[in-house]
Amino acid sequence: MLSYALRRLFGAIPTIFIIITAAFFMMRIAPGGPFDQERTLEATVMENLNATFGLDLPLWQQYGMYLGNLFRGDMGPSFIYRDMRVQEILGEGLPVSVQLGLTALILALVVGAALGTLAALRQNSSTDYTVIAVATFGITVPNFVVAPVLSLVFAVMLNWLPAQGWGEARQMVLPVIALALPQVAIIARLVRGAMIEALRSDHVRTARAYGLPARMVVLKHALRAAILPAVSYLGPAAAALLTGSIVVEQVFNLPGIGRYFVQGALNRDYTLVMGTVVIVAVFVVVFNLIVDLLYALLDPRVRYD
Amino acid sequence: MAEHSDQGGRIFEVDDIRVTFETPDGQVEAVRGVSMHVGRGETVAVVGESGSGKSQIMMAAMGLLASNGRAEGAVRYRGRDILNVSVDDLNKLRGRKITMIFQEPMTSLDPLYTIEDQLSEPLRVHGAMSRQAARARILELLTLVQIPNAAERMRAYPHELSGGQRQRVMIAMALANDPELLIADEPTTALDVTIQAEILQLLAELQSRIGMSILFITHDLGIVEAFADRVYVMNKGLVEEDGPTARLFAAPRTDYTRMLLAAEPEGTKAPPPEGAPALMEARDVRVTFGRGPGLFRRDTRLEAVRGIDVTLRQGQTLGIVGESGSGKSTLGRALLRMIPSEGQVAWLGDRIDGLGTEGMRPYRKGLQMVFQDPYGSLSPRLTCGEIVAEGLLVHEPGLDGKVRTARVSEALRDVGLDPAMRNRFPHEFSGGQRQRIAIARALILRPKLIVLDEPTSALDRSVQKQVIELLRRLQRENDLTYIFISHDLAVVRALSDYVMVMKDGAVVEEGPTGELFDRPATDYTRALMRAAFDLRGLLADKAA
Amino acid sequence: MTDIANPAPEIAAGEWAAGRSLWAVALMRLRRNRAAMASLVVLIFMALAGIFGPSVAPHDYSEVYPEFVKVPPSFAPYPQEDQIVPAAEAALARARVDIAGIEVGDGQVEIDVTSERREIDPRIARYLDRSDVFSGTEMVTVADDGLSATMRADVAQLYFIAGTDANGRDLLSRILISLRISLMIGALATGVALMIGVLYGATAGFAGGRLDNVMMRVVDILYSLPFVFFVILLVVFFGRNVVLMFIAVGAVEWLDMARIVRGQTLSLRRREFVQAAESLGVRSRDIVRRHIIPNTLGTVIIYMTLMIPKVILLESFLSFLGLGVQEPLTSLGVLIAEGAKNMRNAPFMLFWPAATMTILLFALNFLGDGLRDALDPKDR
Repeated sequence: MLSYALRRLFGAIPTIFIIITAAFFMMRIAPGGPFDQERTLEATVMENLNATFGLDLPLWQQYGMYLGNLFRGDMGPSFIYRDMRVQEILGEGLPVSVQLGLTALILALVVGAALGTLAALRQNSSTDYTVIAVATFGITVPNFVVAPVLSLVFAVMLNWLPAQGWGEARQMVLPVIALALPQVAIIARLVRGAMIEALRSDHVRTARAYGLPARMVVLKHALRAAILPAVSYLGPAAAALLTGSIVVEQVFNLPGIGRYFVQGALNRDYTLVMGTVVIVAVFVVVFNLIVDLLYALLDPRVRYD
Repeated sequence: MAEHSDQGGRIFEVDDIRVTFETPDGQVEAVRGVSMHVGRGETVAVVGESGSGKSQIMMAAMGLLASNGRAEGAVRYRGRDILNVSVDDLNKLRGRKITMIFQEPMTSLDPLYTIEDQLSEPLRVHGAMSRQAARARILELLTLVQIPNAAERMRAYPHELSGGQRQRVMIAMALANDPELLIADEPTTALDVTIQAEILQLLAELQSRIGMSILFITHDLGIVEAFADRVYVMNKGLVEEDGPTARLFAAPRTDYTRMLLAAEPEGTKAPPPEGAPALMEARDVRVTFGRGPGLFRRDTRLEAVRGIDVTLRQGQTLGIVGESGSGKSTLGRALLRMIPSEGQVAWLGDRIDGLGTEGMRPYRKGLQMVFQDPYGSLSPRLTCGEIVAEGLLVHEPGLDGKVRTARVSEALRDVGLDPAMRNRFPHEFSGGQRQRIAIARALILRPKLIVLDEPTSALDRSVQKQVIELLRRLQRENDLTYIFISHDLAVVRALSDYVMVMKDGAVVEEGPTGELFDRPATDYTRALMRAAFDLRGLLADKAA
Repeated sequence: MTDIANPAPEIAAGEWAAGRSLWAVALMRLRRNRAAMASLVVLIFMALAGIFGPSVAPHDYSEVYPEFVKVPPSFAPYPQEDQIVPAAEAALARARVDIAGIEVGDGQVEIDVTSERREIDPRIARYLDRSDVFSGTEMVTVADDGLSATMRADVAQLYFIAGTDANGRDLLSRILISLRISLMIGALATGVALMIGVLYGATAGFAGGRLDNVMMRVVDILYSLPFVFFVILLVVFFGRNVVLMFIAVGAVEWLDMARIVRGQTLSLRRREFVQAAESLGVRSRDIVRRHIIPNTLGTVIIYMTLMIPKVILLESFLSFLGLGVQEPLTSLGVLIAEGAKNMRNAPFMLFWPAATMTILLFALNFLGDGLRDALDPKDR
């Protein structure tokens, strides 16, 4: 198990490095620069600005400097939010985004697994069809539709919950639901399929043949096998939640990091975009590592591969 | 148990049971009204070929039918109906009074839990045992089923055990609560013959010690004869015949039973004439799989074939016998240059061992192969005719379409198929017919050598016999040479004139068929033969 | 249970002389799946609507009717009765005349105008014509002193079945054109993804060994990334261009396809019929063509139908963020984004595009599921 974990860890480091490198060069090769909009700037001022931010150096040198600074925990100055370091800007938003994302992820896993199991146990019943319909709805209706509709219905029309803001538990409800819904749907479908297969598997037949109570057959033998595909889906799910959070943060006006990405990209704020890429890459890779280990913990067969 | 009626010591009765399945292509009647019973301490066998419905009766009785299945009729345990009761009531019996072991020891245990964990479940659920008490009992059970290092193996996961050991664990689980009836559904079919013999010995021994009844489902008449007191012969969802084993084997009453009994392969093959030319000479053939050790990687190298010499003469049938993992299939493929190997291989005097795909192509025409799985060896989206014609496209590309069709028809007729079937797709044929198509595909190129890799193992005995007859006839008519690879000694004896016995990648013993089968020189060959031909004696020895 | 899983298909003599291929069997199964067949009908209808709708629709998708901003959906023609008078008043506001009376009737309107000092210039008719509501204005009578007159104008009969958007454009026409754009992007991006994915996956699967390991490791890495971030980068830096967008979207979505095709190829390679072909000496490219591709096709088709909705969603997501197609062109995502902004006072602006999108995606999903059931029945 330890060697497995170490192997995975060593595999993760180059991944992060590759992502950072790819993003860095892709962004720099693209036309345009951070000060393009300020057309009134004189050439000398422009040069000064470029010199201050090190943009006049050869690209590979900028890259080396960026990596060096990054290693020391400095993501550089923002080009647009003057006098702010990128880590300060993102540091404010990160807790919000992480809290939002993790809550949605846990909610998606629990509700999705429960719905999927329920549907599989009553295959081809009205419960099953309801779950399938809800799941299809969740997959087909994008969260940029769900989010505004939730906000309209529950905040504006019914006035049950606040439409925006962050900090109170009440304020989390709508964004988390909007963010989690598609993932609930996908996980429910995954678990349903895997559960149907698990319930037909030979070892579940053995458990039934030995008179184990239905609860034990389902929860101990079938569910553990059926949850495995959902566990390996958690990696992509986290990536999808990150994407979704851009929309949800915008609709509910939350102070997360999602908005910085789009804004940063539109403004050619190189360091800000790089900062979000670094954070996202580290987060996703670490998260995948955890998922891999969790999988290995659940399935003894993987540890010996 | 005096409160229940106990008709003449019958503990288990099936009364006019019918099992139907709703499939997307309509209703399938798997069992069409079958009655049977098992007495106390009795061993009853249900024998039948695939599709006879024999397993489905037991699945229905134990409440394990697939969700699209439905059972009517009655199943009684000690006079009480158990077919039409609630799952909770059934659970009071399942795993306690009636237990079951299955065909696939690989998948019947939950891969995610340890042996101890799984064995403790029926003990704790039915016997309300504490964890400690259960552990002691598990240790006792594992020792009883002769698992070495039981205390240590308890903590193992199923995938760390061999197939035979897993089946022993299943038996331990079945015995955990001292059942009255053990239903064994083809428990040894997936195992090698020597392991099969060991498992059967174990079951016989345990039965005489514990005194439970056994209901044994199998397709193998050898097991029935050695093991059962009484037999039910099933065919197409009905019981054809039943009676005491000795009587049924001595004087079968129905044609179907007679056909089954006569389905054992028979006949022998004479060796090729003295001066027959050598076709293939192979020296010191070696095959290694896997890679050497590296960073974070263990040494996964496995020597599957370790230096084997083969000499093959025109008209010969070389039988290669061995259990799973012995390297017999690997050797066959190495000789045809389908996998990389070391050592020399000469074909009609030409060295072919160094040749790549391109270099081998001209030789492929003379060297053909037929595979084990008649379901897997035919491309599912091509028609039978296209499959058979494939070799012609490669080796005689200039052939006119009409000539090609004529050749395909001829090859199909040769293997006993109607050429009108050539536009059908593989899924529309039965297993035996598919194997005939596979043989036609090899035959159409008029090869000199055909490597037959377990060509009859996936087939029912009665179909097997027809395929063997076909192979014999084709050999005679076309002066073919065979390499016949099989784990089945009876088939090898019937078809080959020279036999090599393989174990762990090496040849243990080889010689002309008659000599080898009459006077095996090594302990391994003797054990193999005893397990295959003298199961009854083996079981009797053990009991004595 | 193996006994039942494959009920041996006994061939009755003389039946199906032509044989029933797996495709034919699958088609038969699909025909029996009512949800899938209904979805197919819906999809064909939507595709036709996307292709021909914009040219048949009564309004051009980019035509702006300033008088009819955010009017609710209605089967009655616009302007409605009570709108005509204000519309006429608004149109004549700068004509420096007083309106004495307006009579509305039968697709026409008669307006009596008076002026206190100056003579009425007959050219004020143009003021009316300039409005979208009125056309063909003529002076019916002009008083001798020129201080009063009666004008008659045809009242337009504009139908906005789905209402109009915030700029006064017909929502139905915009939905039709967005359907075209969304379907086009869905089809083209899926095509790109299909090509990359099938080639990549088949190569990895067929090559096997170390090359396969490296190729799949790359896919694993890419798979775990929120790749939409890269798409956003791409779109932002290389301009908002529909063509570029579907290439970008396709470049993201090929991963799934590559994984699936690779898995299929790998398992097919191990199948005995491929080995049998090898033992016959069939060339690698013929093995791929005759044995591998036809057998992966089913799976590829299934995932294609499931990929189209994903692509459409992704495009809409980008459009929602303002990174997608540009005005006056539009896509369902853009319409939904606009609808979301205006949902408090014009909820229909969210409803119609969202409903279209939902129906489209539902249909694609049901069809995909139906195809999977038909082509791969053991997956159920």
